[in-house]
Amino acid sequence: MMSANLSAIFYLISGVLFILALRGLSSPETSRQGNFFGILGMIIAITVTFLSVGNFSSGFVYVLIFLLIGGLIGAFIAYKIPMTAMPELVAGFHSLVGLAAVFVAIAAFLNPEAFNLGTQGDIKLGSLIEMSIGAAVGAITFSGSIIAFLKLQGIMSGSPITFKGQHPLNALILISIVVVTYLLCSTQSSNLFWILLAISFLIGFLLIIPIGGADMPVVISMLNSYSGWAAAGIGFTLENTALIITGALVGSSGAILSYIMCKGMNRSFFNVILGGFGATEQSTKSENKEQKPVKNGNAEDAAFLMKNASSVIIVPGYGMAVAQAQHALREMVDTLKKNDIKVTYAIHPVAGRMPGHMNVLLAEANVPYDEVFELEEINNDFANTDVAFVIGANDVTNPIAKTDPQSPIYGMPVLDVEKCKSVLFVKRSLSPGYAGIDNDLFYRENTLMLFADAKKMTEDITKNL
Amino acid sequence: MEIDPFIFRLSIFILSIFIGYYVVWSVTPSLHTPLMSVTNAISSVIIVGAIIAGLAGNSENIFNISSIFGFLAIALAAINIFGGFLVTQRMLAMYKKKKKG
Repeated sequence: MMSANLSAIFYLISGVLFILALRGLSSPETSRQGNFFGILGMIIAITVTFLSVGNFSSGFVYVLIFLLIGGLIGAFIAYKIPMTAMPELVAGFHSLVGLAAVFVAIAAFLNPEAFNLGTQGDIKLGSLIEMSIGAAVGAITFSGSIIAFLKLQGIMSGSPITFKGQHPLNALILISIVVVTYLLCSTQSSNLFWILLAISFLIGFLLIIPIGGADMPVVISMLNSYSGWAAAGIGFTLENTALIITGALVGSSGAILSYIMCKGMNRSFFNVILGGFGATEQSTKSENKEQKPVKNGNAEDAAFLMKNASSVIIVPGYGMAVAQAQHALREMVDTLKKNDIKVTYAIHPVAGRMPGHMNVLLAEANVPYDEVFELEEINNDFANTDVAFVIGANDVTNPIAKTDPQSPIYGMPVLDVEKCKSVLFVKRSLSPGYAGIDNDLFYRENTLMLFADAKKMTEDITKNL
Repeated sequence: MEIDPFIFRLSIFILSIFIGYYVVWSVTPSLHTPLMSVTNAISSVIIVGAIIAGLAGNSENIFNISSIFGFLAIALAAINIFGGFLVTQRMLAMYKKKKKG
């Protein structure tokens, strides 16, 4: 059996390796090494746990069996999952972290001796508080992620579910969580522990249902953060440094991603989590706009414009992924490059259904990452570019966000595509985007609308080049 | 007077939040999706608690309620660990630089 001090040092090492794993993601070149550090840290943590418990006689085989079952399922999912489904996968994974935290807390509550936390009915007060926090946050993460998963998967409608008295009800439940935790800690009653879990599951569910499908990038990031805090809570209970460090890392990571996503939509965090966006502001103004003239083009026109351009910026959005057009798009770009046309990609922070989603989809289509630029890096280049090719994006290009203070998206950072000499806008119809706002860009002098399926249109353009 | 060990853990926790803050801001936005999947994988280090619970049963009583929850948590965390790291690796392998020439 390993001494407690030695195992604590190894847990610290694995915590440091996890920090290096995230550090590696600062550039694609170092990222693969970073992932390796992460795996190494995990192997160390698990090995040390086995050695420090040192009880290989009885449960050991079953531990390995369950480890293997979970590992096989995880590996299978990792290889099968299409890249378009990454948001669902991550939401699903968050729910598992949450549930695992709940289960560990239950195990510790029922058998505190095994964790050195006292005896049942007489758990150390500090440990009990930490355990309750870990369990409650874990439960919220679990049920919240399940709802996020169902919404992303399309099993549940993406539209916000709101009802009268929603916010007071949520506030009441949150207060009761605090009260039950307090009572639990003073009475050690196991009934209160189960009640705490039940209301935490309930609030997780209630917190996510009013949030619209389009806000899922924020929700996923937020749940990412929660899963970290849950892990940290359990880490305090188990007095485990690796778990505390990891929990803090993941918690702040998710919080930063939520912040970046909110900023990308110019909305406050509370505005997003209180929900109902899209349902309230949708019907503001859709009058007389329909009569405005729109320039309608076909694949030949688009090909002609691009052939005579010297530079093209592609603006992809989630619609591209829905139409599975990324490979066709890459082929079109290859053809353009053969004609010595400079092609780059511009990605808005909230393009796609989760942070960085569009980058992964382009990488999968073999687009080199050094041709892909973020909004701040590329926004000034539109003015010196001949053609902007907008495919599957909409609201993130809407110039009204810069000009109309009445608009719900006013102040949101947008890509200045209208500054290009000409804009090609691939879209199925003139219908507005998720925010329900008409895009001013459609009616601009220099915009040519290409009404078609994104994949088919891209293929047709390639044929005409 | 001795300092409660909890304070040391709290110090580690607070400092780690700051490390997390600076490290995550330095992550390039194009890798935010792999960031989420890898944080998923590492937060499943919660498996250490599950293993302790799973190993706690004695030979007459391998499956008591506590260890059963431990075993279930092991399986859940293992899905995340393997799934998280492997899917991250799969994504990172796709990020390629422009071919020269």
